[in-house]
Amino acid sequence: MLSKESIEKIDYELTKYPADKRQAAVMSALRIVQTERGWLSKESMTEVAEYLRIPEIAVMEVATFYNMYDLEPVGKYKISICTNISCMLRDSDAIVTHLQNKLGVGFNEVTPDGKFCLKEGECMGACGGAPLLIVNNHTMHEFLTVDKVDAILEELK
Amino acid sequence: MVTGAKTSVNTTAKKPVMTDLKGQTLLTLRSLNEENPASLETYIKLGGYAQLKRIVTEKVKATDIITQIKTSNLRGRGGAGFPTGLKWSFMPRYYDGTKYLVCNTDEGEPGTFKDRDIIRYNPHQLIEGMAIAAYTLGARVGYNYIHGEIWQDYDIFEAALHEAKAAGYLGENLFGSNFSFDLYAVHGYGAYICGEETALIESIEGKKGQPRFKPPFPASYGVFGKPTNVNNTESYTSIPWILQHGGQAFADLGVPNSGGTKLFSISGHVEKPGNYEVKMGMPFADLLALAGGIWKGRQLKAVIPGGPSTAVMTAEMVQNATMDYDGLSKAGSSLGAGSMIVMDDTTCMVKTLKRLSYFFYEESCGQCTPCREGTGWVYRVISRIVDGKGKMEDLDLLTDVSNNISGRTICALGDAAATPVLSFIKHFRPEFEYYITHGKSMVDGR
Ligand SMILES: Cc1cc2nc3c(=O)[nH]c(=O)nc-3n(C[C@H](O)[C@H](O)[C@H](O)COP(=O)(O)O)c2cc1C
Ligand code: SF4
Ligand code: FES
Repeated sequence: MLSKESIEKIDYELTKYPADKRQAAVMSALRIVQTERGWLSKESMTEVAEYLRIPEIAVMEVATFYNMYDLEPVGKYKISICTNISCMLRDSDAIVTHLQNKLGVGFNEVTPDGKFCLKEGECMGACGGAPLLIVNNHTMHEFLTVDKVDAILEELK
Repeated sequence: MVTGAKTSVNTTAKKPVMTDLKGQTLLTLRSLNEENPASLETYIKLGGYAQLKRIVTEKVKATDIITQIKTSNLRGRGGAGFPTGLKWSFMPRYYDGTKYLVCNTDEGEPGTFKDRDIIRYNPHQLIEGMAIAAYTLGARVGYNYIHGEIWQDYDIFEAALHEAKAAGYLGENLFGSNFSFDLYAVHGYGAYICGEETALIESIEGKKGQPRFKPPFPASYGVFGKPTNVNNTESYTSIPWILQHGGQAFADLGVPNSGGTKLFSISGHVEKPGNYEVKMGMPFADLLALAGGIWKGRQLKAVIPGGPSTAVMTAEMVQNATMDYDGLSKAGSSLGAGSMIVMDDTTCMVKTLKRLSYFFYEESCGQCTPCREGTGWVYRVISRIVDGKGKMEDLDLLTDVSNNISGRTICALGDAAATPVLSFIKHFRPEFEYYITHGKSMVDGR
């Protein structure tokens, strides 16, 4: 069952669209549910479909098309790092190597304790702050250095 | 109060630390000098919302507004450079039903990060610009579609919307007139293709972001099948200034064919990456100097002046260019979205192209065979070269495949994918040949 908080938030998103266009809220509904549960299971998607009164397949299509939805568990903290060219030119590779060594995982892997998952991202529209990463989709850290990465990991208990 | 949104914007939107304002002409970022740039109070202090109030209360005719926009020479800042006044005149004047207004804040083409600064530092000017557009075009509802990765900025913008509504600049019967306009923030979640306007419309409707065939254009069949005007964030944000000072004043800021100021996103190998708002037509060298020049005392090697969908330029090509539509096309590229990616002499062009090709392959929505298959093919061939297994024929193959994507697809991502391949090989061919012959980079030896 969707939580009361999630439903309140989805209802707020629904106010943005005509009453007969509930499907339009699927992007935010998936985001809201994922934020609460960490990732989107088949059951979560079914619940979103039921709440929006749209076919399950319509929800699946959206969840699989957009990169920031996670259809598998990503640990407590998903770290997405941009490696596209503006970031690459400012040595995002060094940050990637550092993260991989320190966490002992490659891209798309979760640490054995279930705490961290590393993802390679495409341009995040913030290249002026390169290199950069995002924790759990919503918190961006820019102008990264190896020391700054260590400090960020330290904060993520 | 509605659930899910904050109402105060004062806490998060601090003055930026990186940008040096000297030498800039702040127009779309006019609040940048202020302590709380994003707050309504600041914007009002700077004369904000006065133009909206004036046109609504004085019932200024829509055709007069469109004439000003046409005179201003404002061209769409999303990349294609289509004249905004002309686009506005395509919206059907009389329509029995809801017309929509859409703002495109989905920038995700590598090197593009200008609209982000508008929504986090000067959101109210965008809101006023959209409200003026809504009045002019008769749109009742608007959406600003924001790139999912800049979530903290989404929150700032949504809070600004609530502030504007509470103060009577959005909502029903504005200033006691019969003009009503509701504006909402909506978001993407990791798909570059949603920057294409019809994919963006699909996404607003809660579908996967696959571009539609055009025609019909959004002006006749847009959001929920209704007439819709789509503009870029920077385009809308220029509107209040144009109405305040007149279209001619805006045109005069720039050069012929390129009115106004332009926000340049400068990234890569410069001392001070960031956004710089300058008059159209500024010499490239001056703009580079604003960003602190090439970092670490190195030499300039190449510039992508408007984002990867614009052709790469050698240092020689770009050094005497001016930064405007005609200036850059004369110099062999184009202005695009003003996303200037700077590369110094340690940059390996082969590896850089490999990363770009991966991007287009990954982000192709897959609808058109030439784009879906072509971007994958290009990426595989370049990877082969980088792995030391390239053949000299591969360079012609890359050119052929790219030429076959270009112009044969539903949307312009196909052309965008072909441009870097064709221009990198054209201007840096010896570097590709060296890589193929020696199995390693001419630049870094690896
Ligand atoms: C693949 C692709 C990506 C695009 N991305 C953006 C974008 O991020 N922001 C934007 O404003 N326009 C983008 N555009 C252009 C839009 O389709 C559209 O032309 C623009 O939003 C219109 O606004 P304007 O006339 O004010 O520039 C993109 C186009 C393509 C083909
Ligand atoms: S050109 Fe590429 S991205 Fe555009 S519609 Fe076709 S397949 Fe999709
Ligand atoms: S290239 Fe990394 S954020 Fe744009």
